[in-house]
Amino acid sequence: MERILFGDNQFIGVNHMSEEKARQQAARFQDLQAVIDVLDVAYEEGIRVFMCTTQDRMLDICDHFRQHKSRYPDFKFYPCMPYAHKYANAVTEYGLLGALQRFLPERSKLAAIWKGGLSVATQDVEGIAQLLIDSEMNAFRGLDTPIIFLQNVVTDLLLGLGFKEAFRIFSDHVKQKYNAEAGFITMNLPKLLDALEEVGIENPIVCSNINKIGFRMCGGIDLYQKTIETRKFRPIAMSVLASGALQPREAIEYVVQQKQIQSLVFGASSRANIRQTKRLIDELFLDDRSRAV
Amino acid sequence: MIRIALVGLGKMGLSHAAILKAHPEIEVVAVCDSFGILLSGLNKYMGFKTYRDFGELLEKEKLDAVLIATPSRFHGQMVRQALEKNLHVFCEKPFCLDVAEGQELAALAKQKGLVNQVGYHYRFLGTFAEAKRLLDSDLIGKVHHIRAEAYGPVVLRPAGLTWRSSQTEGGGCLYDYACHAIDLVNFLHGSPARVEGTILNKIFSKDVDDEVYTTFRFPGGATGQLAANWSDESFRKMSMEITLWGENGRIRIDRQEIQIFLRDATAFPEFRWGWNTKYTTELTKPVWYYLRGEEYSMQIDHFVQCILDRTQNSISSFETAVQTDLVVSKMIQNEKSNVPLDAADEQTFSSRPPRVPQKKKLTTSLKKLVGRR
Repeated sequence: MERILFGDNQFIGVNHMSEEKARQQAARFQDLQAVIDVLDVAYEEGIRVFMCTTQDRMLDICDHFRQHKSRYPDFKFYPCMPYAHKYANAVTEYGLLGALQRFLPERSKLAAIWKGGLSVATQDVEGIAQLLIDSEMNAFRGLDTPIIFLQNVVTDLLLGLGFKEAFRIFSDHVKQKYNAEAGFITMNLPKLLDALEEVGIENPIVCSNINKIGFRMCGGIDLYQKTIETRKFRPIAMSVLASGALQPREAIEYVVQQKQIQSLVFGASSRANIRQTKRLIDELFLDDRSRAV
Repeated sequence: MIRIALVGLGKMGLSHAAILKAHPEIEVVAVCDSFGILLSGLNKYMGFKTYRDFGELLEKEKLDAVLIATPSRFHGQMVRQALEKNLHVFCEKPFCLDVAEGQELAALAKQKGLVNQVGYHYRFLGTFAEAKRLLDSDLIGKVHHIRAEAYGPVVLRPAGLTWRSSQTEGGGCLYDYACHAIDLVNFLHGSPARVEGTILNKIFSKDVDDEVYTTFRFPGGATGQLAANWSDESFRKMSMEITLWGENGRIRIDRQEIQIFLRDATAFPEFRWGWNTKYTTELTKPVWYYLRGEEYSMQIDHFVQCILDRTQNSISSFETAVQTDLVVSKMIQNEKSNVPLDAADEQTFSSRPPRVPQKKKLTTSLKKLVGRR
């Protein structure tokens, strides 16, 4: 797993601190070229992974990377699925089954559910899940996607409902079909690790908020620190800067102190910020001698 | 442990189910919905006990509380059934489509001493809760104007197959989006005494409104304006913004931040003259379980705490929700009874109601006004 993962919140109008800033970013990055320019800068600065939501625009971004593969020979994507607003809005508009029908690629499969009713649908949750995963992965065909993540809205919904088997279904399918490892994004790290252990997913890749002020770390910062220290998993830190509430150096220093953390995600829009953050991460991780580089 | 049942497994219902099940003080006894495929999945994969009939569930299970997240037109009847069984009730918003029924149920819950809450989750967001505290401390002085805005991408094309696209079932932007904004206005400032100039307009929907505008007049002289539009995809998700102007400045609140401009900050050491900003990162309290936003967990935890403390002082009670329902119903009445005045042609001034001056007199005074400028 790469140490530095480049995130995409800035490209899709997500900013947890300011709606105005999110709007400005959405406007700036509505041109595909603006996104690609920033990804080019990240690549030039030595970043090799783009961790990105599977929203519709990814089709075009992926097209670019497919067409210019020689320019980015070692560039990898870590897709994060699904882009939940797409589904949530569709459920509001069409109802649960109606939404499902819209997103499943094979209409005939759904038709079978309508006809067969209850039994077909419940027995084939795995099949439906696989189809949805495949439809989300369609944009990434031909690209290197060694880790595929389940987004936190879905992870945490399933976790809360107690549908632990779904994590295994996800993990098995991405392994079998995409030769990839499953990753899980969550806001409820300690609880998720219990669930993954129960369904036999060993040494899982889990991405969660890890920041010095404990922002969105459910269960509390102390429990997170203890969890990271004592449990066997591959943690990825996100929201390291707590949406800008922390200065980069102190924010990254905190993450480096959590010895087991292997990777962190950050997003930025300017060359200066990308370079500064990348160098800071490299420097602080290198300084930490107990860590294997 | 609080023994709770959940009825209605749509988008909100499923989200509630996950949050309830993760709460350490709650035992989710059963869930109820009419959608068989979903029930069988919830039973098979997640171990929920399921019912298709709410009445049967209430008869068979020993419960302390219910959470009702069905389409709005069922709320009244189900809340009543639950209260009659002496259960504490959490009901999704809007509370009741029929205001009189809502008032009756609020009174019934109070009389029976049962905890009652409605899912106006914005009241639990760090920024809006903090704004309430600041406004109560008289930070911006006497408020003279309020603007409440809610925009987002729900209905973006002519379609609509669910109850949300049916007016009689509690669909439309008014019930889905605007009532959140109205509830926040009630929460932050108090209810309006009058509504005027209401517009409920269709953009894509056939049966329901997609955009809503109205003017409020509050006791004490303040005015307000509401704008809500659920067909605006320039917003990634629902965006809520409330601005209040007072004699000592202005406060603007959304889910991420509070921006405050103060004319005089001497009485408030926490602030300085001019612009001040508070961010959600400093205002958000940790929750035991996070799904989609702290506010969803916090409102459930508040319900639980009210039950454990045996208090009816809910932050979002049936009583406050009825006030919101009342404003909504007055807006619907106002929209139907509005007397339009044509602004394009001064001829039409003569068609105004009797108390208005005659055409000649009015045009004379208009000319005077224009002349003065």
